[in-house]
Amino acid sequence: MAIIIKKEPEQKTITIAELLPEVIAIRKRGMRVCQICAAWVNEQFELSYSFANDGNYQLLTLRVVIDKDVAVPSITPIYPSAVFYENEMKELFGVKVENISTDYRDKFYRIEEKTPFGPESEGE
Amino acid sequence: MARKHKRNIVPFGPQHPVLPEPIHLDLVLDDEKVVGVIPSVGFIHRGLEGLVEKWDFKEMVYVAERTCGICSFQHGMGYCEAVEQIMNIEVPPRAKYLRTIWGETSRLHSHLLWLGLMADAFGFESLFYQCWRIREKILDLIELSTGGRVIFSVNQIGGVLKDMDAEMLKHFLDVLAEVETEVREIQKTFMLDYTVQSRTVGVGVMTKRQIHACGSVGPFARASGFKVDMRKLGYEAYPDLDFEPVISNDGDCYARCDVRIREIFQSIDLIRQAAAKIPDGELAIKVKGNPDGECFARIEQPRGEAIYYVRGTGKKFVNRMRIRTPTFANLPGLCEMLKNADYADVPLMILTIDPCISCTER
Amino acid sequence: MAHFFSFAKTALKNLFSKPATTAYPDAPVDYPARSRGHIDIDIDQCISCSLCVRNCPTECLAVDKNAGTWTINRFDCIVCGYCTVNCPKHCLKVVKGYQQPGPEKKAVTYQKSPEVMAAEKAKKAALAKKKAEALKKAQAAKEAQAQQKEGD
Repeated sequence: MAIIIKKEPEQKTITIAELLPEVIAIRKRGMRVCQICAAWVNEQFELSYSFANDGNYQLLTLRVVIDKDVAVPSITPIYPSAVFYENEMKELFGVKVENISTDYRDKFYRIEEKTPFGPESEGE
Repeated sequence: MARKHKRNIVPFGPQHPVLPEPIHLDLVLDDEKVVGVIPSVGFIHRGLEGLVEKWDFKEMVYVAERTCGICSFQHGMGYCEAVEQIMNIEVPPRAKYLRTIWGETSRLHSHLLWLGLMADAFGFESLFYQCWRIREKILDLIELSTGGRVIFSVNQIGGVLKDMDAEMLKHFLDVLAEVETEVREIQKTFMLDYTVQSRTVGVGVMTKRQIHACGSVGPFARASGFKVDMRKLGYEAYPDLDFEPVISNDGDCYARCDVRIREIFQSIDLIRQAAAKIPDGELAIKVKGNPDGECFARIEQPRGEAIYYVRGTGKKFVNRMRIRTPTFANLPGLCEMLKNADYADVPLMILTIDPCISCTER
Repeated sequence: MAHFFSFAKTALKNLFSKPATTAYPDAPVDYPARSRGHIDIDIDQCISCSLCVRNCPTECLAVDKNAGTWTINRFDCIVCGYCTVNCPKHCLKVVKGYQQPGPEKKAVTYQKSPEVMAAEKAKKAALAKKKAEALKKAQAAKEAQAQQKEGD
C-alpha cells in the first residue's frame, strides 16, 4: 500500500466563535492534535492550533487572532491531550483560556517569573 | 475483613536515580497501583525561545542546537529547515545528504544511549556498559567528522559548514559494520533473555487507540502499531532513500525496546544508502535578505516528531520561534500509560518514552 | 523462547579482551584534526574590522582598533566557530586543545606585533596624506573656479 503524502500544509484564519465547531469537525476526521502555539505579534495574540493527519501526513493549522484580554475556549473537552499545550500557553504567554479540563493555575511550569514571554514582560 | 485503602500522593522526581533530568510527577496511589498522574515541568526552563529578540536568525542556529544534548544536530537542522522554507532556499544536494548522514548518526547515538539507560533501569549493569561502549564508537565518528562530541555545529542556513571526503565516509561505513555486529549481539540479550523479558513483556501496554487519542509520536507510537514517521515527509535526502517505518504491534515496554533496536539497523542502512548515493557539489549557498513569513517544519527526531515554528517579519530578528519537542507530545501518553501500573514499574515505564526534559522545557 | 545466560558470551569475551578505555592522564588523548578545542587568531593578519565581535553569539570577543588588540574570554566562548565563518581575512581558526578549567573567568588579549602596527600606522599616515593632498587640490581647483567666475 503506497502512502500518499500531502506535504502542503493548510492554514486558515478563523474567529473565536468558529474555533470549537471547526475542532469538532477536525476530530471527526480523525486527526490528532499536533501542537498549540501562541505568539505576540502586532500587539495581538496569534494562536496556532495544528492538527496532523497521519494517513497522508498533512498538517492543518487553525489560526485565531485575539486581543490581549479576550479569553479563548479550551479545546480539552474535544481533545483531552491538548491540556499541556493550553497550560503552557497560559503560563508562558498569559493567554486567557477558559474551561481547561485540568487547570494547573501556574503550577505546570515551575518558574519564578509569571508569563515570561507575555506582553507585559517585553522590554524588561 | 476488607481493608480500607486510602489514596496517597507520592512525589516522583525532580531528583530520581532513573531520571537524568528533572521532571516532577505527583503519583496518586491506591495501595500499590497508580491511579492518577499529575506532571509538572519547568525546573530547567531557560527561555531559549525568548532569545530570538536578542540574536539574529543566523545566530539562532547555535541556540537551537543547544536546546538538548542528544538531538542537538536535529534541532539545528529543524530550525534551518523552517527558515529555508520561509526564504525559499534550495539547499545543495550534497549538503542534504550530509545532513541526512549526520542526522542518522545522532539517531544511532541517541538510541544506544537509551538502550543503556534502559538496561540500567532494570538493573543489568554490564549490559548498560556494553551499550555505552558501542555508543562511544559513534561519538568518535561524530568528533572525527564535525569536531564536537555532542554539539555538532555544522549547520548553517543554506547548507552545512563541513564536508566529508570519500576516505572519511569509508571509515564511517567500516565502523558502522563493527557497530552492527555488536548491536546484533546485545539484541539477543534485550529480546530473548529471560530476566529482561520478565521486566518488559506486558508492562505499560498502550493500544493503538490510546496512542492516537493522546497524540503520541515517535518510537513510543510506532511500538503500538501506529505507522507514522516524519522522514516519509521527504525533507533532506530521505525521498531518495528506501526505508519503511519500523513498527511493532504489542505496545508494551518490550515492543518499544524492539522498535528502537530495529531502528538502529535501519539508521545504519540509511547511512549506507546515503554514502553510496552522495553527489558532488557545493556545501552551502549564500543567503541574502531576512525571513519574512511563517512556517511549520516537521522532522523526525530520535524521540519522535518535532515541530519548528518560525515567524519572521522581514527583520534581522525573527518574531517567534517555537520548538514543540517529542517528549512534550508524549506527556499525555505517559500519564495514560502510568494509570493502573504497579508503583515498582513506574521508573521503567517513564524511561520507555525516552524522556528528554531539556527539550521539553527549552 | 526465553534464553538464560544470553549475555555470558559477551561478558566472557570482554573479560579476556583489551580494555575499551585508555589510561588517560598517562596516555595523552589524540584529538582528531577537526576537533573544536579553542579559537586561535593569526593576529598579524587581523584588520580589526570587528565583524567577529558583532557576530559572536555569546559576546565573548572584543577588538580595539587603535591599540591593535583582539581579546577573547575563553570561559564564555562556546567554540561554535561562527566568528571563523564571518572573518573576511580568514585569520581566525578553530584548533585542537580544550580550555583548561580555572578558578575565575579571565580574558586573553592578543597584541599585534610592533612591525605590523608601524606598517599600519605608516599606511594610515600615507592614506591621510593622500586624502589631505586630494582635499587641497580640490580646494585649489574650487578657488581657481571661483576666481574665473569673478573674472567673468
